[in-house]
Amino acid sequence: MKLHLAIEELHRSEDHLATALLAASDRHKTDHEVFYVARDIARWSQDHVRRLSLIGQDFGLGLDPEPAGDPGLLETLRQRASEAVGRRPEPGMLMLADLRHIHREAAGVSLDWELLAQAAQGARKPELLELAQRCHPETLRQMRWANGKLKASATQVLVS
Amino acid sequence: MPDIDRIAEPWGTRTPYGPGETWPTRVDSHLAEGLTEADVDRWVQSATILHSNGDGLDIAVKDGEIVGVRGRAEDRVNHGRLGPKDLFGWQANKSPDRLTKPLIRRDGELVETDWDTAMDAVAGRAKELLAEQGPSAISFYTTGQLFLEEYYTLGLIAHGGIGTNHVDGNTRLCTATAAAALKESFGSDGQPGSYTDIDHADVIALFGHNMAETQTVLWTRILDRLAGPNPPQVICVDPRETPVARAATLHLAPRPGTNVMLMNALLHEVIANGWVDEEYVQAHAVGFAELEKRVADYPPELAAEICDVPVGQIREAARILGTAQRLMSSVLQGFYQSHQASAAATQVNNLHIIRGMLGKPGCGLLQMNGQPTAQNTRECGADGDLPAFRNWSNEQHVKDLAAVWNLDPMQIPHYSPPTHAMQMFRYAEEGSIRFMWVQATNPAVSLPELGRIREVLAQERLFLVVQDIFLSETAQLADVVLPAATWGEKTGTFTNVDRTVHLSDKAVEPPGEARPDLDIFIDFSRRMDLRDKDGQPLVKWDDPEGAFEGWKECTRGRPCDYTGMSYDKLRGGSGIQWPCNDEHPDGTERIYVDGQFWAAPDYCESYGRDLVTGAPLSPVEYRAMNPTGKAVLKAVEYLPPHEVPSQEFPFQLITGRTLYHFHTRTKTARAPQLQKAAPEVWVELSAGDAADRGWAEGDLLEVSTPRGRVAARLRISGIRPGVAFLPFHYGYWDEPAGHQPDGERGRAANELTITDWDPVSKQPLFKAAAARVERLAEGDGRPSAAPTTTASRPVTDGVPPTRGGPDAHSTEQFATVLGGAR
Repeated sequence: MKLHLAIEELHRSEDHLATALLAASDRHKTDHEVFYVARDIARWSQDHVRRLSLIGQDFGLGLDPEPAGDPGLLETLRQRASEAVGRRPEPGMLMLADLRHIHREAAGVSLDWELLAQAAQGARKPELLELAQRCHPETLRQMRWANGKLKASATQVLVS
Repeated sequence: MPDIDRIAEPWGTRTPYGPGETWPTRVDSHLAEGLTEADVDRWVQSATILHSNGDGLDIAVKDGEIVGVRGRAEDRVNHGRLGPKDLFGWQANKSPDRLTKPLIRRDGELVETDWDTAMDAVAGRAKELLAEQGPSAISFYTTGQLFLEEYYTLGLIAHGGIGTNHVDGNTRLCTATAAAALKESFGSDGQPGSYTDIDHADVIALFGHNMAETQTVLWTRILDRLAGPNPPQVICVDPRETPVARAATLHLAPRPGTNVMLMNALLHEVIANGWVDEEYVQAHAVGFAELEKRVADYPPELAAEICDVPVGQIREAARILGTAQRLMSSVLQGFYQSHQASAAATQVNNLHIIRGMLGKPGCGLLQMNGQPTAQNTRECGADGDLPAFRNWSNEQHVKDLAAVWNLDPMQIPHYSPPTHAMQMFRYAEEGSIRFMWVQATNPAVSLPELGRIREVLAQERLFLVVQDIFLSETAQLADVVLPAATWGEKTGTFTNVDRTVHLSDKAVEPPGEARPDLDIFIDFSRRMDLRDKDGQPLVKWDDPEGAFEGWKECTRGRPCDYTGMSYDKLRGGSGIQWPCNDEHPDGTERIYVDGQFWAAPDYCESYGRDLVTGAPLSPVEYRAMNPTGKAVLKAVEYLPPHEVPSQEFPFQLITGRTLYHFHTRTKTARAPQLQKAAPEVWVELSAGDAADRGWAEGDLLEVSTPRGRVAARLRISGIRPGVAFLPFHYGYWDEPAGHQPDGERGRAANELTITDWDPVSKQPLFKAAAARVERLAEGDGRPSAAPTTTASRPVTDGVPPTRGGPDAHSTEQFATVLGGAR
């Protein structure tokens, strides 16, 4: 049984995704929708981290229940920096790069949930399957958001 | 004829009626001092323009001037009635400070010029930017106050001619969520309800909708039902003690920002108690299982805590809604401009779907509009959508539109959702939009976080064109100002929230060189030499009727089908409801009869969006979810608000309107009766909050957020504790500094508001800020200038009541003797 490895990896990748969303949010404080929605949906990953930590106990894992969260000072600095360059066009390119990064991270998390769900079914662990069924749709929504936002922003950034 | 002070009595005299009866006629009129109907040379047909209700009226003309108005008895919308803004607002037309000549900026100053110079400057800059950067540099920010013909022409020029995706209206601030919620649930914009549903309903629920002040005549209809036999029960959801709240059977005053929590709890109770029309849901909706699962997590006890509403009230509201025989609902800014706007409004649709309360008399659902012609901004594509509710992500719809316009489909931008207003200002801020043409709206007062907006508009690198009837705050920042004609000075049509189309005929000449907006657009198109794919002029009409005929073709077979209408048919008689075509030559009172929707994948206007992230669904996803075009039940989780009260900013700040003003007061402040009724800004707090701090009515307070400061006198009202309210009408055009605060404190509520918008509808959230309130000075015994007839009614003694006096006297003419047989 390597189920604990799947849980551990997912715990790591969800935590990473939450951090990536929050960092992107801070970097684009002047792009208000990115700033707020990235924070709203980072909560989903943070919630997944807590749930994975809890269920990990059943598999002998001692995973940190607290997601990495806001890095405090760094967050403030990033927000200030984004406001300082808010009148310049360059952050547009950076935003496309950030959205691309989030999409890739979320795609990885999505595959990790697939792996976990497959394993849970094979090992007949209904509570683990239930967790995957509960959380995975939110990962897909995070992906779709990054994709949709990228699509809506790309033209203006690239042709102007 | 009875004479009444319509400032003191905004809703006039009651004409009670019972369920299923016809609303009695009452013809309201007001003429200039000293005139009677015998003095009027002629009456010219039109409809009301200072709110969204669409009341039919006739304009009185004497010696080539507008001298008054009279409601149209035969109109289905108002049966003769008019509101205070309609009775007095027309006086603004002949205000001495109307713009009468184009202005152009020379050496930093706006100076008078001629039309050729002004339009050459506009077209010249547009051509330069098209050559240098392309259509992504050009944007149009329009309004909810032009006419259908003008929006359609503008949409054609912007989308089809220039090829820009940057087109929106200020309807983004008022009705974007109405459209979004309808698209989410029914696949297309278009209001399921009809005003006549008030005549039949046994329960009327108003969600964040202070109808008494926003649509006074519609509220009059409800008041007349309430005064008659077997009155409906009324449910009001609003943090303020509005006139609606005072008339309601049940008033819920949730904490701002918690509407989704409340709605989910109401749906929870309706489902848990078996008040679902299961047969209807089975036959006509998708998504019930997911909705049931989602709202299971929202018991009333949880909502009671989060919303701070007694649990018994939530249960009682759910019981009334769940057992209604004929439920009518209406939704407005309390939902649309609050946190999770579209998500909350969509849950009201869900309520009607699961209760099967659609398409039958009394079972109306209105996602309300705020402005008179907002529906047309949306229909005609001036809000960025494609005209006639075509779907920008449906290739066939784009091809079809290209055929109507005789263009290559590639010419019409449809690669991504249209750029909404807030995003346009962001693009202008970062410098990629370099040309903005603002029409009949005043972003320098009406958009959130005004310090930022003024900086964006004042940029040297932004070429700003403002087309208006007065030198507004925004116009003062323009490079070119174009003087426009307004209502009564030009001909066109417009459509209200219950799909009623009215013709508004020209009554008088515009002042000076002012020109109809349609003429200005066509002039621009000619100067730009915009052409179709055969080299013919892109805009194929040169008058309103020609534009209307063009529009009719564009709507053929679409939900908002106008093909059965004509100017002749709209003249005389009542307004007509779309769809109106060969099949329904007299229009259509109710849509969605028998659970038939416009939601089929090949027909719908939108595939919908994720209610949390706003990400659009793909055609494939939508087809899988809703293959046969049923109503869509969309579930959503509650999210905590983005800006929450803190020790430093302990109040929740909400903004809104008052009955006597419209928008930024450009017209209503120039009508003496209206201006006198609400002459200056005030701030409302609850009695408890005032007492805790030892503050009294009339004290001068400062309201501040991290974004700005506003000074206003205190009105102690029936508002929810912990919440502060500021009216948003007051800007600076009638103050010394002209377009910005004179000193460190302003009076525009939007100095304080937060830049945040609903990810689905992109509507800015004006009711979502946290604020600090401090006293600057004790009052001198004088109360604040807030009206006493409205939601700002004082709860303390000693405030003199709002009165209009002799100047505000209007007549009411009754068709039947009051109290007699009906």
